[in-house]
Amino acid sequence: MRLVLGSLFALIVAAAIGLGTTWLVLTEGTAYGGVTVGAWTAWPKNGTPGIDPYARAMVARSGELPIGSGDGVAFFARADDSGRALDGRCDVVVAGITPQARFWTITLYDPEGRLVANSVQRHGFTSQEIVRNSDGSFEITVSPRARPDNWLPTGGVERYVLALRLYDTPIGVATRTGRDAPMPAVTGRACQ
Amino acid sequence: MIRLLLWLLGGVLMGGIVHLTTVLLLPGMASQDAYSRLAPLAKVNMVSPIPGPTPENAAMPFMDPAFAMAVCRYDLSEGPLKFSVPVSQAYTSVSFYTRSEVAYYAINDRAAGRRVIELDLMTTEQRNELPDNEEITAADRLIVESPSTTGLIVIKALAPEPSMLGMAANALAAARCQLQ
Repeated sequence: MRLVLGSLFALIVAAAIGLGTTWLVLTEGTAYGGVTVGAWTAWPKNGTPGIDPYARAMVARSGELPIGSGDGVAFFARADDSGRALDGRCDVVVAGITPQARFWTITLYDPEGRLVANSVQRHGFTSQEIVRNSDGSFEITVSPRARPDNWLPTGGVERYVLALRLYDTPIGVATRTGRDAPMPAVTGRACQ
Repeated sequence: MIRLLLWLLGGVLMGGIVHLTTVLLLPGMASQDAYSRLAPLAKVNMVSPIPGPTPENAAMPFMDPAFAMAVCRYDLSEGPLKFSVPVSQAYTSVSFYTRSEVAYYAINDRAAGRRVIELDLMTTEQRNELPDNEEITAADRLIVESPSTTGLIVIKALAPEPSMLGMAANALAAARCQLQ
């Protein structure tokens, strides 16, 4: 009797811990091997055959295709430089320069990776569209209300994710620090 | 009390095994992975255009809206595949994924260095079966080895401005993937 109760207890503990940790790891998105520069994080290894089992499980679950390393690299930001989650009801300024790349794009998604509906049907910019300062740097205002120059509308959603993708770039698996990859600053401004 | 702690310890250890097993098995069991999402849109061993993402509808999450995209869902069980795509004005890339979405190879127009990206896709066994005298021709054709019999070739063309999306899609419409 004791043996049965004991093994039943152990099995319940095993199922709870095993499935619980798997679920936690996959939903919280704690992948290894990321390169973090300021507010931005990329997982260049996910675009190679060396992708780790956790990232593979996450990719299979979300349904996305990781960008191949011979194509480019994708950086994601879910919070500004001070760590505050990106809020579509506030103004956020993305300013600076990007690492070396033939082209880059910046896109705004909801946390599930869908584009966000807005009145001007703008979901991002490419490196060719962007209005730049004379020194080549740029400033994008991510805001629910119309702004001059580079305005990226949030549609007023509560949470969003910014993706900065570099195409044909030396940035990749070997990149470790912000000195190799100067990413634009993400600064939170006033809220509505 | 000691007995209970021992059972607890055993449960925790088994929990670790359950965790590792589920993480390793999940990619094979997922029904909403990218391959399953693209399968209804893409015919086997043919190039099919994939509609760009909109706020209401997207084939996959986190698609880049600045790109026109097409997919060749390949099956090499009948033999190797010939693939070609003319490069578009701005930027064209071709990425190869296994059935379980491992990106094993990607090339862009500059790396290809030609007006047309051309290559042969085959499994390792098919490559080993290539006759020796074909090595000369193999030198000027790019050969890509697929680790799996089935998978995806994803072709993307950049539209630097939204008005150029049509042109990018036209370049992809000329892409070919067919059994040799």
